[in-house]
Amino acid sequence: MSSDQELRVSKIQSGTVIDHISAGQALNVLAIIGIDGTGGEEVSVAMNMPSDRLGKKDIVKVEGRELSQNEMDVLSLIAPAATINIVRNYEVVGKHPVERPAVVTGVLECPNRHCITTKNEPVDSEFEVLDDGVRCAYCDTIIREEIAAHRKSDTFRHSGAARLFGQVLLKPFCPWVVRRGYGLRLDR
Amino acid sequence: MRQDHIISAKQLSREDIEEVLDRAGEIAADPSSFQGRHEGSLLGLLFFEPSTRTKMSFSAAMKRLGGDIVDMGTVESSSVKKGESLADTVRVVEGYADALVLRHPSEGSAKMASEFVAVPLINAGDGAGQHPTQTLLDLYTIRENAGFEDLTIGIMGDLKYGRTVHSLAHALTVFDARQHFISPESLQLPRSVRYDLHEAGADVREHTELDEVLPELDVLYVTRIQEERFPDESEYHEVAGEYQIDASTLSAANDDLTVMHPLPRVDEIDHDVDGTSAAKYFDQAHNGVPVRMALLDMVLGGDR
Repeated sequence: MSSDQELRVSKIQSGTVIDHISAGQALNVLAIIGIDGTGGEEVSVAMNMPSDRLGKKDIVKVEGRELSQNEMDVLSLIAPAATINIVRNYEVVGKHPVERPAVVTGVLECPNRHCITTKNEPVDSEFEVLDDGVRCAYCDTIIREEIAAHRKSDTFRHSGAARLFGQVLLKPFCPWVVRRGYGLRLDR
Repeated sequence: MRQDHIISAKQLSREDIEEVLDRAGEIAADPSSFQGRHEGSLLGLLFFEPSTRTKMSFSAAMKRLGGDIVDMGTVESSSVKKGESLADTVRVVEGYADALVLRHPSEGSAKMASEFVAVPLINAGDGAGQHPTQTLLDLYTIRENAGFEDLTIGIMGDLKYGRTVHSLAHALTVFDARQHFISPESLQLPRSVRYDLHEAGADVREHTELDEVLPELDVLYVTRIQEERFPDESEYHEVAGEYQIDASTLSAANDDLTVMHPLPRVDEIDHDVDGTSAAKYFDQAHNGVPVRMALLDMVLGGDR
C-alpha cells in the first residue's frame, strides 16, 4: 500500500495501546475496559491485522487512559497473548504481556442476581480463574461464555450501550479501518 | 478441627466431618457429659429467612451446652428494615455473642459476612448455596443407618435450587459414595455443583425416573419441589407428582433402604411411609441437636 493511500492514526500522547489481541476480540476488550464511546475517550481500533505471531490480531489504542491491574487481569481471559503498552508523552514507558491470574477482582459482575456481591454490600466481586472460564468466589456461579458482557455496570454504565456500540456502530466501521490500512504500526 | 467459620461443605475434609460426627455420637450417647460445658457463652442468631428446625435446633443445642442465645428476631422487627447492610449488621452483633449463626437469602452471604467478623460464623443456609450443618446431620443419619462403606445414595427432587442437596453432594465425594441424582430435567444440578463433583472424581449418574435406580439404593434422600420454580401451577403438579413416593413405591426397594428428607415435606413423601422401617426423616431432624452441639462445642473451643 503506498503511503498516500495510507491513513495514519497519529501516535497517542498518553494512554494505552493494547496489541496482540486475539483477532475478533477488540470489541470485547473495549467492553472489558469499560469503553463504550460515551466517555469521550479517543479510541482507535484495528481488527484482523496481519501478525507474525498470531496470524491475525486486533489492536486497540486509547488516549488518556491507563489500565488498572484488575482490568489487565480480566483482559488476559479474552486476549491471553495481549501486550499492554503504556504511553506517556508519546513514549512507550511500559510494555508487558498480560498474565493469567488465579483470581480476578472487582471488574466483572456476577450474573447471579441472588449473589451477595450484587447487593448493596461493601464487597468487591471476586472470580476464581478456571481453565475454561471464571467462577464467583462467593456464590460459585461459573461464567464460560461472553465474559466481556459481565463487566461491572458501575464502572461501565451502559453494558447494553456497549453491545450496541460493538455490534451496530463499530462493526460496519472496523472493516473500513482495516481495509484502509489504518497506520497502527506496532510490532507483531 | 480448626475451622474458624463453617461456610460450606466444600471446606470440610473427611477427618473434619468424622470428628464432628464422632463427637455428636458421644453427645447422643451421654448428653449429660456435655451439659454446662459452655455456660456463659452466647450464640447470636441472625435469620433473615424463616426457619423452624435449624433455628430451634441451634437454640436447643446452645442451651443444652449451658449457653444462651441472642436472637435478631425477624427482619421486619430489625434494623435491616431500615436499610442496614449485612456487613454492618454482623459487625455490630459480633460484639454481643461468642459465635454467630446466619441464614440469609443471598448466595455467598455467609462467606462475605465471615470476612467482617472475628467470632466464628456458621452458615445456616445462604439462598440456593450451601447448608453445611444440615449436611453434617444428614451424614450423621446416613452413618447411623447405612454407613459410608460402599454407599449408594439417590438424591431426588429439586437439585437445582436445593442447598441441602448441593452441600450433601459435595460432602459425599469424600466418602466415595455412588450418587444418583433423580429430578425433572429443569431442576437438575447447577453447573457449579457438577463442576465440583467432576473435579472431585465423584461417581455420579443422573436420572429422570426413580424406578431406574431405586433397587440399587441404600439411601433415598428426598427433597421438596417448590411450586414457585415453575411457570404455571399445572406444570408444577404434573412434574412434582412424578417425584413423590409412598409405601407402595418402596416395595421395589432394598429391604434396608433408609429414606431421608431435610423437611419440611409437603406431599413428596406420603404419610403411609412414616410407619415403615425405612422412614428416618424424623430421626434425621432430631439428630440436628447433637450434631449442632458437637459443632458449637468445637467452634467455641471445646476441643482445646
